[in-house]
Amino acid sequence: MNDKKGMTLIVKTITRFTVWLIMLYGIYLIAHGHLTPGGGFVGGLVIALSFIHLTLAFGKDKEVKVPGIHLSHSLEAVGVLIYIGLGIVAMVAGLPFLTNFIGKGSLFDLFSSGTIPILNFAIALKVSTGVFLAYLLLVLIEHEDEEEE
Amino acid sequence: MIASYFVIIPLVTAFLIVLFGRKAEKIAGYLSLFATIILMWLSALLFPIINIQGAIVYQLSDWKIPYTISLVIDHLSAFMMIIISLIALLSIIYSINYVKKFTSNWGYYSLFMLLLAGLNGVTITGDLFNLFVFMEIALIATYALVAFQGKAEHYEASFKYAIMGSISSTLILFGIGCVYSMTSSLTMMQISARSGSTAGLYLVSALFLTGFGLKSAMFPLHSWLPDAHPSAPSPVSAMLSGVLIKVLGAYAIIRVFYMVLEPSKMVNEVLLLFGTLSMFVGAIMAIAQKDIKRMLGFSSVSQMGYILLGIGLATPLGFFGAIYHILNHAVLKSLLFLDAGAIEEMEGTRNLEKMQGNTEPITKSTTYMGALGISGVPPFGGFFSKLIIIVAAISSGRYIYAIIGLIVGVMTLGYYLGMLKKAFKEKKEPKKIGISLKISLVILACLTLVTALLFVPGLREGFLNKVVDCITDREAYAALFKVGAGL
Amino acid sequence: MNLYMMSFALFLVGLYGVLVKRNIVKVIIGTGIMGYAVNLFLILIAYKEGATFPILLPGKEQTIMVDPLPQALVLTSIVIELGVTAVLVALAINIHRKYGTFDLKSIRRLKE
Repeated sequence: MNDKKGMTLIVKTITRFTVWLIMLYGIYLIAHGHLTPGGGFVGGLVIALSFIHLTLAFGKDKEVKVPGIHLSHSLEAVGVLIYIGLGIVAMVAGLPFLTNFIGKGSLFDLFSSGTIPILNFAIALKVSTGVFLAYLLLVLIEHEDEEEE
Repeated sequence: MIASYFVIIPLVTAFLIVLFGRKAEKIAGYLSLFATIILMWLSALLFPIINIQGAIVYQLSDWKIPYTISLVIDHLSAFMMIIISLIALLSIIYSINYVKKFTSNWGYYSLFMLLLAGLNGVTITGDLFNLFVFMEIALIATYALVAFQGKAEHYEASFKYAIMGSISSTLILFGIGCVYSMTSSLTMMQISARSGSTAGLYLVSALFLTGFGLKSAMFPLHSWLPDAHPSAPSPVSAMLSGVLIKVLGAYAIIRVFYMVLEPSKMVNEVLLLFGTLSMFVGAIMAIAQKDIKRMLGFSSVSQMGYILLGIGLATPLGFFGAIYHILNHAVLKSLLFLDAGAIEEMEGTRNLEKMQGNTEPITKSTTYMGALGISGVPPFGGFFSKLIIIVAAISSGRYIYAIIGLIVGVMTLGYYLGMLKKAFKEKKEPKKIGISLKISLVILACLTLVTALLFVPGLREGFLNKVVDCITDREAYAALFKVGAGL
Repeated sequence: MNLYMMSFALFLVGLYGVLVKRNIVKVIIGTGIMGYAVNLFLILIAYKEGATFPILLPGKEQTIMVDPLPQALVLTSIVIELGVTAVLVALAINIHRKYGTFDLKSIRRLKE
C-alpha cells in the first residue's frame, strides 16, 4: 500500500465531508449519555473511528494532524486520573468513594444528574485515545517488517 | 474507609507511571516501590482492626446494598491480603536490579501495578460480578507480562494461556448469569442467605468448578501452567505461581463453594479426586524436566493439588491445612522462582544439564532452604502444613488419598534433590548479581522459618484459627448483609 | 426455554471453533462467538412478558419495564472482551513475525 500518499483522490475528498459527521455523532453520544442509550464507551469508540478514518485515507501526510503516540499515552492516563480523582474528591469530603456530590438537577435536562456527565467524558477520553493507540502500535509492528526488508 | 485504598493506590500508581515514567526511567521503579510499601503497611493493620470491630463492610457511592457494590473484608480476605502484599513487595525489590536488561521499564512496572490492583480487588470484593471484573483486569495484565521478553516461545506460551483463560472466563460469566437468574441478587452475602433449587445448583457448580479450576491448575486443565510460568520474567513468575493461582483459584473456590453457595457433597468429591490426580501428575511430569523453571511449574501444579485436597475434605482440620499450605507455598515457591531467575542470570541458561557452577553463596543457600522447605523437611514450615493435610485425610477416613499424599511427598523430595545436585557444581569463581536481588532472597529465606512458628499454639489461636472459623461459619457471613444494609 | 438452549448451542459452536480450527485467526473468532453467546444469554434472563424498555422519556407512562441490571453486566462484559481480543490479535501478529505462519500445528517449539 502506498503509505506516503494515502488513498486515491476520491477517498480523500469524501473523507473531508464524513470525518466531521462521525466525530459529531460521537460527541452527541457522549454528551447525552445520561439521557439516552450510549455513554462514554460507545462515544469514545466512535471518535477513535474518526481518527482511524483520517489516518487510513491520508496516510503519512504531514498536514493532517492526528494525536501521535506520546500524546495518546498521556491523554489516556489523564482520563483515568480524572475518573479516580472525582472519587477521591468525594472521599475527602467524608462520603464513600464515587458519591454523586454535585446537585442532581431536574429530569431530562442536559446538565443534570451530578457527576455522571464528567465521568462519561473521562471514559470517552481514555477509550478514544486507547483504541487509536492500539491501532497505531499494531500498524507500527507491520511497518517494522517492511522496513527490515 | 481503609478498604477502598487497596484498589485505588495501585491503579493511580499504574497511570502515574504511564504519565511520568516514560521520560525518566528511575521514577517508575521508585513509585512502585513506594506504593507497595504503603500497601504492606495497610494490610498489616487489617488484622487488629477486624479483631476489634468485626468484618469491615464498605459500600461505594453512598447507596445501601443490595443496590450498590460493596467491599467486604473478613479474616479470610485479610489473610490473603497479607500474602499478596508481602510477595508483591519482595518482587518489586527484586525487580529494581532485574529489569535493567529490558528496554521499556515503565511498561513492566505499569503492568505489574495493574496486576496488583486486580488481585487486591478480587480479594476484598463483596459482589459476584465485581469479582469477575477484577479477575479479568489481573488476567489481561498477566497475558501481556508473560509475553514481555520478546522471544518466539514466549509469544506462543502467552497465546496458549490467553485462549484457555478466556474460555474459562466465559464459563464463569455463564455461571454468574445462572446464579442471578436463580436468586435475583448479585451480592455475595445476600446469595448465601437465600437458596436456589437443587438442579440449578448442580449446573452452577459445574460451570464454576471448570472456570475456577482452570485458574487454579486442577488436573485436566493444567497444561497452560508449565508453558506460561517459565516464560514470564522471574519476579512476575514469582507473583504468578506464588499468588495468582491461589487468589484466583483456591480463594475463589473457598469463597464461592463454601460461603456463597450451599455446600454439596458432589463438589467435595470432585475436588478430592482431581486434587489428588493433579498432585500425582505434577510430580511425575516434574521428574523428567531439564529446564529448571519448567520443573518448578510442574511442582506448582503438584502443590496446588495438596491445597485442593485440603479444601475438598471440608472439615476444620482440612481447611486449616489448606490455608497454612497456601501461606507456606506462596513464600517457598516465590523464593524458588526468584532463585531460578538469579541462577539464570549467572549461568546464562535454564537447562539443568548445561549448568557449570557459576552461582554465588547466597543464592546457593537460599535455594537449599527453599527446596528442603517445599519437600517437607522438619524445621521449615512446609513440613507442618503437609503433615496437617495428611492427618486430616486420615481422620476423615480417606486413607487412599493420604497414602498418595505421602508418596507424592517422597517424589517431591526426589526431584528437588536431583535439581540441587545438577544446578550447583563445584567451581571456584562465582559471578556477581545486584544487591536488590540478594536482599529479597535473604528476606524470603528467613520467612520460610518464620512461618513454621505460626504452628505454635499461642500464635495459632490469634491468626490461623480465626481464618478457619470464618470459613466454616456461614451464618455469620450471611448476617453481614444486615450490617451493610443498615437493618 | 428454547431460547436458552439455542444460546448454549451458539456457545458450543464457538467452542468447536476454538478446539478444531488450525488457523490462529479462526481461533480468535471462535472466542468472539463464545462471548456473543454469553452476552445473549445474560440479556435473555432479564425478559418479562409484556414489558417495555427501561428508559424514561418525556410523555411516557411508567409501566412494567424489563430488568436493567443484566444490560449493565453485558456492557461491562463487552468492554472486557474488547481488551482480551486486542491482546490476542497483538499476540497473533507477533507470532506471525517470529514463526512465519498462522498454522497452529507448526507452532510447537514448547514440548513436554
